[in-house]
Amino acid sequence: MKIIWNGITKENAIFSLTLGLCSTLAVTTTVESAYLMGICVTIVLFFSSIVVSLIKKIVPDNVRLPVYILIVGTFVTIFELLLQTYLPNVYDLLGIYLPLIVVNCIVLGRCLSVYSKKGVTYSMLDSFEIGIGYLLTILLVAFCREALGNGTITLVDQASSLFGAKQIIYLPINDYFPMLFFQTPAGAFFTLGILIGCFRLLKKVKK
Amino acid sequence: MNLWNLFFFSFLTENIVLTRFLGICPFIGTTKSTKNAWSMGIAVTLVIMCSSILTYFLYYGVLVPTDTTYLKTIVFILVIACLVQSMELIIKKYFPKVEKSLGIYLPLITTNCAVLGVVLLNISNHFTFLEAMIFSIGSSMGFVFVSILFASIREYLDTKNVPEWMKGTPIAFVIASIMTLIFSTLGGAL
Repeated sequence: MKIIWNGITKENAIFSLTLGLCSTLAVTTTVESAYLMGICVTIVLFFSSIVVSLIKKIVPDNVRLPVYILIVGTFVTIFELLLQTYLPNVYDLLGIYLPLIVVNCIVLGRCLSVYSKKGVTYSMLDSFEIGIGYLLTILLVAFCREALGNGTITLVDQASSLFGAKQIIYLPINDYFPMLFFQTPAGAFFTLGILIGCFRLLKKVKK
Repeated sequence: MNLWNLFFFSFLTENIVLTRFLGICPFIGTTKSTKNAWSMGIAVTLVIMCSSILTYFLYYGVLVPTDTTYLKTIVFILVIACLVQSMELIIKKYFPKVEKSLGIYLPLITTNCAVLGVVLLNISNHFTFLEAMIFSIGSSMGFVFVSILFASIREYLDTKNVPEWMKGTPIAFVIASIMTLIFSTLGGAL
């Protein structure tokens, strides 16, 4: 529980550091694609943190970035191939944003600043914390965007081969709602901007 | 697709920053002043052009014949990382003046999603070489154009009285949202 709470509040990569925004904005049109992306990032981050913290003594300082990119890239490629074979729908859903995990600032930044200095267990726990924080944050963004923009909450749709039946919650519809604006790219920027603002407000109130 | 259309398509209506959300991190992070935006934009344009030429030939020359296209993510990111490193060296050696203004931005470009994104889109859209070049030029010009507009708005905004909790990044996102709305309506005119 404490890990999850820390991930959301203390070191929230998206809200307080504004890292890893490409995927945050792009995959949050439905709740489903958001949590799938979150899971992908968490798993990649988890495995990379183990490898990076294991080989931290061998890697010379001036080639650290290329080496870490290669490690992350390897895990992303493995993940891509797995998804392509077992869940081709999900692979198409995430599209180009799946390979873009390689250059996700959260993953690389964390590798460079933390995992290259700390031990394995610390890195594993930390990667979990950051991953869950990222997952919950994009879930929140996706929830706002989908509920307001489409009037639905997609729990399982494209990944139905994994979880069984499709599950989509339909919200009541009237003249003002759903507002298509939130499904467009412009709505993505708007939602994230307002959410970051609210996050700051909350932090201030708490203090 | 018509080349002229493709250019406008990538430059304005389907701008990589505003509609595909590529390169958002530097877009939000380094566009606090117009001067920074220019430097970053030029550096990104250079890297995008060089890397899309290189990766195009690597993909169709090496990866497709040897049937190893699944390695494209790793190969492309390696090409970009090497390119950025060598460009840094060349600029340091021959253009020390440029190095002063571009210096700190160059290493950041490796992790700029716009570069890897454009290169991957070239491949996934099955562009011919000419189309890929037009697309890369259009996209990188789009990046420069949007970041300079954005930086100027933000410079102006610094002098204005924004509510404390919306200052900085949040208001920047709202502005980006308005810009996206404007850019997306341009599609109807073409």
